[in-house]
Amino acid sequence: MSELMTWISLFGLAGITVLTRGFFMIGDQPLPIPDWLRELLKVAPLAALVAVVAPEVFMTQGHVITTWQDARWPAALAATAYYFWRRGILGTILVGMAVMLPLKLGLGW
Amino acid sequence: MASPSLGLAAWGLVAGVTMVKAGLSLPLAMGMSLLVFAGSAQLAALPLIAAGAPLWVLLATAFCVNLRFVIFSAQWRHYFGHLPRVRRLVTTYFAADLNFAYFVKRYPDAAPAPGQLRYFWGGVAVNWPTWQACSFAGILLADRIPPQWGIGFAGVLALLGISYSLLGEKMLWWVVLTAGAVSIATYSLPLKLNILCAIVAAGAVGWWLDARKGAK
Repeated sequence: MSELMTWISLFGLAGITVLTRGFFMIGDQPLPIPDWLRELLKVAPLAALVAVVAPEVFMTQGHVITTWQDARWPAALAATAYYFWRRGILGTILVGMAVMLPLKLGLGW
Repeated sequence: MASPSLGLAAWGLVAGVTMVKAGLSLPLAMGMSLLVFAGSAQLAALPLIAAGAPLWVLLATAFCVNLRFVIFSAQWRHYFGHLPRVRRLVTTYFAADLNFAYFVKRYPDAAPAPGQLRYFWGGVAVNWPTWQACSFAGILLADRIPPQWGIGFAGVLALLGISYSLLGEKMLWWVVLTAGAVSIATYSLPLKLNILCAIVAAGAVGWWLDARKGAK
């Protein structure tokens, strides 16, 4: 993506921040939220996040990884274990990186 | 108070590092932090920007990641709905997750009351500079860490943690499995459409499970 195109994307993303954070603030009259929409609103953010994360963990150059000598899955596994043990996001990041860095820098995974 | 602000600091730092490691120049990374001001949407957008996804896919993904704010905005309306439109939108633009969490704890009755605006902007005056300072620190730090360390993976781990924090009900695990599997299976689609396929498939599964639960 060119520098200019990226700037345009950033302004677009800023627009999304305004739109989503203020969604029910736009109209002068309050809008009712139907139940099915409330359900969908609950599922979609989780789905979008996982859809971005999964290929970043399990794929390289557009292909599913076929070697277990990849530092990312042990890191993600350790991070997952930590999250369900302590429920802290900071620790999840730190534990994952603590597993990834030695494997990557030490063993070249 | 210590724990959420520590989390905010780390989250800002990770966002800063990841933006640079995803290939953004320093001005772009700083611009993204100042303009977009939404950590999870920023992190989710970065792999798409790096892959050259079209603008509408990028915006649609960010919109979905930010849908929790749409839910919050329905709540904000009870407190700030009486303000003029531009002020309403400026107010909620600065309303990040932590601001919402603290505000509804302080004012559990969803109705306007004196002092709310001052409380809100006080929170923003802490949250916004903290986030930006940490994000900028991450941007400058990342510039000095060699790329082979793969430190940008911290952003993926952060998104992983956020995803787990959204797992309120058991049935949402099926949403996770569907979204992950469909995203990988359709990865070769052009325009990064795998993200949208995954959201649609996971939404359908979520809806179906919910309907089945309702029918019982």
